[in-house]
Amino acid sequence: METISFIIGNFGYIVELTVQHIAIVSVAVGLAIITGVPIGIAITQNQRAADIVLYTAAIIITIPSIALFGIMIPILSTIGQGIGYLPAVIAILLYSQLPIIRNTYTAIANVDPALREAARGMGMTSFQRLRKVEIPLAVPVIMAGVRTAVVMNIGVAAIAAYIGAGGLGTLISRGISQTDPRQLIAGALAVSILAITADFSLLWLQKRFTPRGLQSSKA
Amino acid sequence: MIRLEDLTKIFQTPSGDITAADRINMDVPEGNICVLLGPSGCGKTTTMKMVNRLIEPTSGKIFIGGEDVTSKDPISLRRSIGYVIQQIGLFPNQTIEDNICAVPDLLGWDRKKSRTRAGELLEMVALDPATFLGRFPKELSGGQQQRVGVIRALAADPPVMLMDEPFGAIDPINREVIQDEFLRMQKEIKKTIMFVSHDIDEAVKMADKIAIFDAGQLIQYDSPDDLLAHPKNSFIADFVGGDRTLKRLRLIRVEDAMTKDPPRVTADDTLDKAVNLMEEHGHISIVMVGPKGRARGVVYLSDARGKKGKVGDSHDKLPVSVHVGEDLRTAVSSMFMHDEASLACVDSDGIYKGYVTQRGITHLLGATYRDQ
Ligand SMILES: Nc1ncnc2c1ncn2[C@@H]1O[C@H](COP(=O)(O)OP(=O)(O)O)[C@@H](O)[C@H]1O
Ligand SMILES: [Mg+2]
Repeated sequence: METISFIIGNFGYIVELTVQHIAIVSVAVGLAIITGVPIGIAITQNQRAADIVLYTAAIIITIPSIALFGIMIPILSTIGQGIGYLPAVIAILLYSQLPIIRNTYTAIANVDPALREAARGMGMTSFQRLRKVEIPLAVPVIMAGVRTAVVMNIGVAAIAAYIGAGGLGTLISRGISQTDPRQLIAGALAVSILAITADFSLLWLQKRFTPRGLQSSKA
Repeated sequence: MIRLEDLTKIFQTPSGDITAADRINMDVPEGNICVLLGPSGCGKTTTMKMVNRLIEPTSGKIFIGGEDVTSKDPISLRRSIGYVIQQIGLFPNQTIEDNICAVPDLLGWDRKKSRTRAGELLEMVALDPATFLGRFPKELSGGQQQRVGVIRALAADPPVMLMDEPFGAIDPINREVIQDEFLRMQKEIKKTIMFVSHDIDEAVKMADKIAIFDAGQLIQYDSPDDLLAHPKNSFIADFVGGDRTLKRLRLIRVEDAMTKDPPRVTADDTLDKAVNLMEEHGHISIVMVGPKGRARGVVYLSDARGKKGKVGDSHDKLPVSVHVGEDLRTAVSSMFMHDEASLACVDSDGIYKGYVTQRGITHLLGATYRDQ
């Protein structure tokens, strides 16, 4: 009851924190798409490079976020950005690489060789092949990777409140330090709702971006 | 049109070199279908893929229309050659229309022109453009997809086509249909075609010339009839099969095997005249024709001998006839079915053109064997 009245009383503030939260995650994942997709495509050309890149990305994802923030503080302090928005974005950018690179790589590498053969035989350049055939076919799988990255990192962004990045984690950390269950519950609730909403909206987008010829049921 | 000179491909593999094509020399005349035939792994696909440089030759030359393509830009070369593969490879993310227009789009054709052409091509393979242009590949049956695969290769009207077992994945009944359809199309479009197959029956049916490969070497390059009549060695003889004589029946048209200007009678002729004609030619029956020369009936020597009267009053119904455009296999099987030693041959208007006999056919097949 107290929690509900807290939420109602601070609704504007919660919305503001939510926007901050979304800003961190979407900028970071956006950058991760811009970097990860080309990397994922590039490594389909070389098995050794693929092994190294995927292994590195898998190691990064095992580093606990608190530790990663800790590592970045001294490094980024040299440019006066040891805490706050920037390290949060960088951490999420790094965590997003694995799902995005791996899904891109798998999707492109698994394009039916007959399609590649047909495309090559009719005189498409490798770039045209990517643009007209391989990427459109890979988009649903890449989108699934993006979804994983977003949902996972909404949680990571909550922890980033400890290094002053803002977002919904602010409510949780304050709730803990001030032993105020209202803020704690409101924060946790908002993070979960945000994650679920993001998951469903991205699923919808993923379906929209799936070429019609690939959809399993006729739309 | 396509000429291969000492074309060789050696694959370097960890387990040693593989000579997939060994100094291949051949010439495919313009407008011909040349079938590359042979057991799996004999180098058919490798030879074909060197023509559009999906595989770079180790040595040798390839000329298309007199031009050496081994020094040409492979991308523009491939856009000028139609390419069909067994797995079809229609792009699942594109509509049938966009699939067909793939090469015209690469070539930067006007969109309206290419889209109109897509509709025309669909009509050529008896698929309704209104229904199919907007569909996606997975909404088509295997046979329909294969037809689209073929017309996609024809979209930019290339003079040369390469087809690697294009009908190999289709069930036998539909394969016959699509082969016939393709041959009808080829009569109009007259492409120069290299066609890979491992099926002798398909080769005999489709080919103007057959090239038989074994272990990377071109063993014999001949017309289907010559190949069946005169296999160069025991490998070829085994490969074409023990029933090669029967296969030849499919290659010879009734028109080319029949005896032309046969004796005939009309309804007004007397039976005496009929008997005399039969005895003169040593026949046991004679065809009665109508006023315009249509085959109307038959008079048997055994019935007519010693009888008086007109042919018109005592002839029998013609038991069976064969169209001059059919192949000898059809003729022979209707002879067997009706237990007739000879068969009247008629044209599309029913006009009596000639006759074939079992003896005559046997003689014809035997004669071409002996004349080697
Ligand atoms: N890329 C390749 N690398 C190594 N060997 C190959 C390659 N492609 C084909 N070969 C070998 O070359 C030979 C001929 O192959 P291919 O032309 O595909 O035969 P076919 O089409 O007649 O079945 C086979 O022994 C095959 O294993
Ligand atoms: Mg092959």
